[in-house]
Amino acid sequence: MSMIFGVPIAVLSGQLLLGLINGAFYALLSLGLAVIFGLLKIINFAHGAFYMLGALCTVVLFNTLGINYWVALFLAPLIVGTLGILIEYFLLRKIANEDHLYSLLLTFGVALVIQGVLTNIYGVSGMRYAIPEVFRGGVNLGFMFLPYYRAWVIVAALVVCFGTWFMIEKTKLGSYLRAGTENSKLMQAFGINVPLLVSLTYGFGVMLAAFAGVLAAPIYSVTPVMGGNILIIVFAVVVIGGMGSIVGSIFTGLAMGIIEGLTKVFYPEASSTVIFLVMVIVLLVRPAGLFGKEA
Amino acid sequence: MADAIKPNYEQLKITDLHAFYGESHILHGIDMLVRRGELVTLLGRNGAGRSTTLKSIMNMVGNRTGSIMINGRETITTQAHHIARLGVGYCPEERGIFSSLNVEENLMLPPTVRSGGMSLDEIYDMFPNLYERRFSQGTRLSGGEQQMLAMARILRTGANMLLLDEITEGLAPVIVQKLAEVLIKLKEKGLTIVLVEQNFRFAAPLADRHYLMEHGQIVEEIQASELSQKQELLNTYLGV
Repeated sequence: MSMIFGVPIAVLSGQLLLGLINGAFYALLSLGLAVIFGLLKIINFAHGAFYMLGALCTVVLFNTLGINYWVALFLAPLIVGTLGILIEYFLLRKIANEDHLYSLLLTFGVALVIQGVLTNIYGVSGMRYAIPEVFRGGVNLGFMFLPYYRAWVIVAALVVCFGTWFMIEKTKLGSYLRAGTENSKLMQAFGINVPLLVSLTYGFGVMLAAFAGVLAAPIYSVTPVMGGNILIIVFAVVVIGGMGSIVGSIFTGLAMGIIEGLTKVFYPEASSTVIFLVMVIVLLVRPAGLFGKEA
Repeated sequence: MADAIKPNYEQLKITDLHAFYGESHILHGIDMLVRRGELVTLLGRNGAGRSTTLKSIMNMVGNRTGSIMINGRETITTQAHHIARLGVGYCPEERGIFSSLNVEENLMLPPTVRSGGMSLDEIYDMFPNLYERRFSQGTRLSGGEQQMLAMARILRTGANMLLLDEITEGLAPVIVQKLAEVLIKLKEKGLTIVLVEQNFRFAAPLADRHYLMEHGQIVEEIQASELSQKQELLNTYLGV
């Protein structure tokens, strides 16, 4: 078997693929955090819970109503996004003018409540969700085996990330969002309904998390606590990329997934730490993050 | 604009306006009246409350009480984003050009609030520099160009009452001259303008009336025709 740096290519590319998949999830989740942070200046600690809700929703919709994966791919983000909008409207809006620590605590509390209630109902053991029929199996690329579903996850995540970037950077609606991020008071004075924009933006960020959750349902163990672990890493990704940066969160998400994967090959003991090591280095060298604007 | 020619149409009527930022009480009972087509200035020293008066009209301050009638409609409880829709265009002191938007995006950003606004072509005619730099990042423009952009942006919306805050601040004399020409054109078009201005020499020949502010109150109303008689009073309050 051919080797690179003393590692079989199949092992290397296998870990790269896993890294890329993890990276796709990091990118989707940190993108949602970035969109929300940009306009609302809220560090959304409930993001992991919304990711979990997306996955759980998919499983529950299937088990109770027999709703299939493709419908869930749209329906679950819609349901969870609506919940997000309600949380923004009834809770976050009340403390919008307070110190940002309050919203941080509030979203953290919301996450704990959601996780606690669902743990009570569903327990913490992982629920199984079958990979959709069309994506069973995979293709042998010669140097590695590529499961179809994992390829789909990467493609879907990239398409959604690109679509989000395009919407924010190239459309009229996106210009509202960018301008609102800079100076929402002036936007309001121009006659733009900023409170509505804020609700929709929060809802959209939450939808991205839930969408990631649906993608995750067939390959990760679906439990009410699945959001907690990934969220810590995603926060590190956001810090590395630069708070609120759209391109930064997409790029850094994918890059960190790959770095994590490579570390698993060459020095597995550090694989769960490497992202935080990168974070420390980035913070020392570029405190605003790789793509962040220096204040 | 049939109603524009009605004489003495009260476009803006402020009665006993108090404004607060948190605990600080900034405006102490402002009364003022602006008729359609008038150009009125708010004069006074820094901190007299002139900018706060404009911000209060836009509902951008912490809290406000009293009465602000726009086109005969009470707006003291109106949400901020509905005020522009009454035909009010606001140009903030810091200009408020968005750095994440290019010039044309900045220009197209504020929604149209009334019909009869200037088209993009007319705006580029009036401000040729903006056309040349339409794909530049908004904050890459020179100070003068940014000021033109901030003005042009609200002309596009069709607003018929403009609140302009210190538009000549820090600009070269040739740009200030250009802005004066723009204001004269806008006045000819029948627009109502409230101008907060430090540069008295710029404002004096343009304005119909002046309100003199001090400590969050209006201390004097001066007609354009009375300027020479009240020069001494002005000197005292403006410290020139």
